[in-house]
Amino acid sequence: MSLASTTAAGGDVGWARRLKDSAFAAVITLVLCIPIILFHADSDANTGQLKLFWRPVAVAVFVGLAFFGRLLVLTIQAAPKREKAAKVAKPVSAAVTQAITIGGLAFVVLYPPATIAMMGAGGALTPIDSYGIQILIYVMLGWGLNIVVGLAGLLDLGYVAFYAVGAYSYTLLATTFHLSFWICLPIAGILAATWGMILGFPVLRLRGDYLAIVTLAFGEIIRSVLVNWTDFSGGGAGISSIPKITFFGLVFADRPGGFDDYFGLDYSPIHGKVFLYYVILGLALITNFVTMRLRRLPIGRAWEALREDEVACRSLGLNTTNTKLTAFALGAFFGGLAGSFFAVRQGFVSPESFTFNESATILAIVVLGGMGSQIGVAFAAVFLIGGFELLRQMDWLKELMSYYFGIADFDPAQYRGLLFGLGMVVMMVVRPRGFVSTRAPSIFLKERKSVSGDLVKEGHG
Amino acid sequence: MRWKSDPLLVVEHLTMRFGGLVAVNDLSFEAGRGDITALIGPNGAGKTTVFNCVTGFYKPTEGRLALARTGVADKERIAALTRTGKRHDKAADGEIYLLERMPGHHIAWHARVARTFQNIRLFQGMTVLENLMVAHHNRLMLASGLTFLGLFGAPSYLAAEREAVDRAKYWLDRIGLMDRADDPAGELPYGAQRRLEIARAMCTDPVLLCLDEPAAGLNPRESAELNALLNMIRDEHNTSLLLIEHDMSVVMQISDHVVVLDYGTKISDGTPSEVRNDPKVIAAYLGVADEEELAEVEAEIGA
Repeated sequence: MSLASTTAAGGDVGWARRLKDSAFAAVITLVLCIPIILFHADSDANTGQLKLFWRPVAVAVFVGLAFFGRLLVLTIQAAPKREKAAKVAKPVSAAVTQAITIGGLAFVVLYPPATIAMMGAGGALTPIDSYGIQILIYVMLGWGLNIVVGLAGLLDLGYVAFYAVGAYSYTLLATTFHLSFWICLPIAGILAATWGMILGFPVLRLRGDYLAIVTLAFGEIIRSVLVNWTDFSGGGAGISSIPKITFFGLVFADRPGGFDDYFGLDYSPIHGKVFLYYVILGLALITNFVTMRLRRLPIGRAWEALREDEVACRSLGLNTTNTKLTAFALGAFFGGLAGSFFAVRQGFVSPESFTFNESATILAIVVLGGMGSQIGVAFAAVFLIGGFELLRQMDWLKELMSYYFGIADFDPAQYRGLLFGLGMVVMMVVRPRGFVSTRAPSIFLKERKSVSGDLVKEGHG
Repeated sequence: MRWKSDPLLVVEHLTMRFGGLVAVNDLSFEAGRGDITALIGPNGAGKTTVFNCVTGFYKPTEGRLALARTGVADKERIAALTRTGKRHDKAADGEIYLLERMPGHHIAWHARVARTFQNIRLFQGMTVLENLMVAHHNRLMLASGLTFLGLFGAPSYLAAEREAVDRAKYWLDRIGLMDRADDPAGELPYGAQRRLEIARAMCTDPVLLCLDEPAAGLNPRESAELNALLNMIRDEHNTSLLLIEHDMSVVMQISDHVVVLDYGTKISDGTPSEVRNDPKVIAAYLGVADEEELAEVEAEIGA
């Protein structure tokens, strides 16, 4: 904190000052490293007993990194100051945004055929399933939460609860009543929206931190119920063998009467994945379309007005209760649809998938993207979820580490928390309002001018 | 004396307590239809509390607040309505609302009371036009079929939206902010923000507009413009005004009726000239208790 404030206050930082600051950063790192890195307890390779290891070299590396990293940051900050400030302040023009939108849309639609053409049906499985579908689920969740957090300004830390409600709705309806996915999908959405209202009612009067805590608790309650009510949800073991998605009644399986058989194709698992990809793409685009549309309607303007000033809203005759409840319900509805898709894609659900960590990730996507910005949220989801998957798929790095450095159990995915945290810190410094920090007005007379993020309020949370 | 013959708002025995503190104590007054009524008094006299009660932000501890949206606020009709336990009474000869029984947003939408705030409360991150569009919320919400028709771009909704934009344009023209319609409200200069807040309140089509210190922080030229704007609102829009003001030049120039509060009780009520010469008012403002001293002070200020 003190480091950040010194740089913010001091305009031109001289070399002596920079060295002093860097040394200070190094000392803090040293102090932090002593308890968490210097001592390392592990079982002795020969005897198997627990033994204390010292890792001074690792500490030295970290201290060095902190020192030179800080020095580098200060040097960069000291150099082209004026130019940079002017660059950041300039908002993205409408034409650029439109070009990005159309280009991005074309890319996501053509992504599966292009990947199959390039990598073959077998090789395209990972890019489509692990990257494409996974990222799109989070894009949709991000857009859903964006209604509550970005537009209405209500900080919701328990969004995963609605994701869970959607997933279990489909699972239970499909396994108990043998309903098809397409019938369960809207039901799951409506059930999630109902739960959104149920959460909405008690928190109507809460603001800020209190609202955040109650929504957090709500997410945990749903998860605890799913863990403990074994008769209903199967408990911690979860529910498996959930019916797969069908294409107008045709299953994606290697058997007579399946999708491939019906169309006279050779069976390939990629067909099912491509279909799933387009389903989640469609769902995400519906979420986006509805949100963009609602922003221009009185309800959307009321959400944003609520974020800006609740008291003024009441003085203009807006029913703030209804406004908040619709935001919660609609956000939850899209969360429920995404959850339902998650269940049909996985074929297995358990409370493990709906921890607070998920809520935090979705919220991070919304904040990182720029609250209220649809395109920013999409980019943030690609960046975060794509990054996580990239770390998980880095087999070459694993081999490299074990072959050359003798580190057998190296797993890049273990570092996701660290990299994620670093990314967030960098974002906070460089773009504190997210990727897209400007707000596009919902209506204009002569010219659509984007509103600077400094003027836009963050709401009650 | 329009406030006696044709009252719009009848406040009776209004009392507001916060724990042990009595902010407003047994206050009764009337505001006339088509009048500009000023509520004045030293700091902490309870003026804003009265406003908050009238606009539904506070629920009064005791008292009755009756507003005749149309027709005459007849005492007997008000008494009959009170006994029924209902919130409002609609008859051929007028519509009466009991404000103390209504939640804030109903007061704004059904009884048509609009207000502005002492510390300006605009939607700063939204454009000037958007601010005015939010004020049309309830009307547009109905026109959009509670969003469902609007989602599919129904012609009836689009027509209603156009109408709202036209109204917004009318007010933008009136407050001289047409050129800045697409700028964020937070970027406007202070005086323009004050005018925009008044225009936003007017877009809800009120019968009573409550202004909490509209001239605070304005320079003399802006203050004169404000007077013209308020007179225009009263004369052309069938809207009565209730205002809290410290700037005596505004109060004395434009108000038809002045109510003076001190320590939560009414100390004077009448035309501006009557109030100006009321010894109690002078004492309250100048802090003089003694009659003799009062005479001296009066001689000094030439009242």
